[in-house]
Amino acid sequence: MSRVLLRVATGLTLGFLYLPLVIIGIYAFNAQRIQIWPIKEYSLRWFGEAYTNEGVRDAFTLSITVALQATFLAVVLGSLASFAVHRFSFFGRETISFALVLPIALPGIITGMALNSTIHGFGIPFGTLTIVVGHATFCVVVVYNNVIARLRRTSRSIEEASMDLGADTWQTFRYVTFPTLRTAIVAAGLLAFALSFDEIIVTTFTAGTQETIPIWIFNHLRLPNQRPIVNVVALVMIVLSMIPVYLAQRLSSDTTRAATVAR
Amino acid sequence: MTTAQAERPSWLRRLFGWLYRRPRLQLAALLAAPVGWFGIVYFGSLAFLFAFAFWSLDPQTGVVLKQFTLANFERMIQQPVYGTIVLRTLAVAAVVTIVDAIIAFPIAYYMARVASRRVRALLFVSVLLPLWASYLVKVFAWRVILAPSGVLDWAAQLFGVNQVSEIFGISDVSMTIVFIYIWLPYMILPLYAGLERIPTSYLEASADLGGRSAVTFRKVVLPLVLPSLVAGSIFTFSLTLGDYIVPELVSNSQFIGNVVFRSQGVAGDIPFAAAFALVPVAIMAVYLLVARRLGAFDAL
Repeated sequence: MSRVLLRVATGLTLGFLYLPLVIIGIYAFNAQRIQIWPIKEYSLRWFGEAYTNEGVRDAFTLSITVALQATFLAVVLGSLASFAVHRFSFFGRETISFALVLPIALPGIITGMALNSTIHGFGIPFGTLTIVVGHATFCVVVVYNNVIARLRRTSRSIEEASMDLGADTWQTFRYVTFPTLRTAIVAAGLLAFALSFDEIIVTTFTAGTQETIPIWIFNHLRLPNQRPIVNVVALVMIVLSMIPVYLAQRLSSDTTRAATVAR
Repeated sequence: MTTAQAERPSWLRRLFGWLYRRPRLQLAALLAAPVGWFGIVYFGSLAFLFAFAFWSLDPQTGVVLKQFTLANFERMIQQPVYGTIVLRTLAVAAVVTIVDAIIAFPIAYYMARVASRRVRALLFVSVLLPLWASYLVKVFAWRVILAPSGVLDWAAQLFGVNQVSEIFGISDVSMTIVFIYIWLPYMILPLYAGLERIPTSYLEASADLGGRSAVTFRKVVLPLVLPSLVAGSIFTFSLTLGDYIVPELVSNSQFIGNVVFRSQGVAGDIPFAAAFALVPVAIMAVYLLVARRLGAFDAL
């Protein structure tokens, strides 16, 4: 009896989670400019319009550029930090994971407003660089959590075995340590990319007048004649934000879990 | 491994070997970049945020006066609207957290303790994907659903009720529902992880000693899963606390975030925006300290 109830509750909760995503997906195929439910006529026409829309293209290019750069920085910084914390004991070791999670555990407006004050304070021009710096800062923790989870699960004895068999430290890193970490690093990179690609709150405080894709959606969703294109971009965003996570989960299910809980 | 590689020690190999014999230097090399980045970019910015909060804007020239003043905080206390906004934000964040915990429990329990391994993996991905699905698009989807002649109106009409969207479309109720929706997966996943860790023998022992399921739940499951519950609540609470997109798009109310956003953007009053951003910092500092005491960080 209680099992049946649990099953029903689980089903309802999943329905609740997916219903809005499905509905916005359907709206992308609405042929009319007027957004009325149920939809009368379906078409692919707005996909073409969205594809050729200059604002969408510019925003898309900016989002990809930013996400790639932020991911690169986050992978480097997060991997270095995870090695340091896993391999050494030092003063302040416990604080590192706490410090890295802060940009995400604290509300986005705090990180955003802090960066905004600094940018104003130094008179730094707003631009792609300021967006990348903000994104890299909150993406580090995803990489750190992913890589350190893998390091903790990997026994150091395989490295010792490698050294005992005559490998030097570089060879041990290159042929033993790195291959065990590779999928965790790739998964982390995918998650960092997804996180950056989708972020809006910190971005609005660091972007100045530039528009990433989420900012473009935010600025255009109230304009009735832009709505069909916004619907298409929204559907594309859902798909694009889910694909990296799905791939990351396939690559490294255990570590993705660790990283997600700290998102 | 080919002999050619073994015979040709590259600079990388020498560097690795050299560092291996100097662990402190190795540690310094590993830590320099991440600690430098966070120290300068993140904590440096937070320090700037603090500094700005105690500066002020010259109303005539619009220039920031870099002199210590409590004017921003006096304004926050003297104008009752700001107190209302802070209380509203806190109340909604609390309601969202509690409702999310209640909704998340059954599905998390089913995933952790009832479902087979295969179903469990499938459910995990099914919760993970909406969590990562574009945040803004999820808010936008609700705006579309709640709009006049949208899905909500259509569904209500099936029950003979007309124009529900006029009352609920843009309101505090719809805002709360959207928050509950958006942060729900953030509560399900830590709860699931916590429930999965409870050894089955504990539940069996409780049953053997005569504990009915309600008693077992209250005396065994709940205390053991509390750290995970608090861990999940950090996200539901903190993310609601700092949001301004949801209030902006599905309500007519202002949140702490809206005040910060508008002061910074429309009014160009960075000092006041910085001062107001310290309100959620203070609230979260207290929340995180309590959460840490309850063991939430080990459950993260």
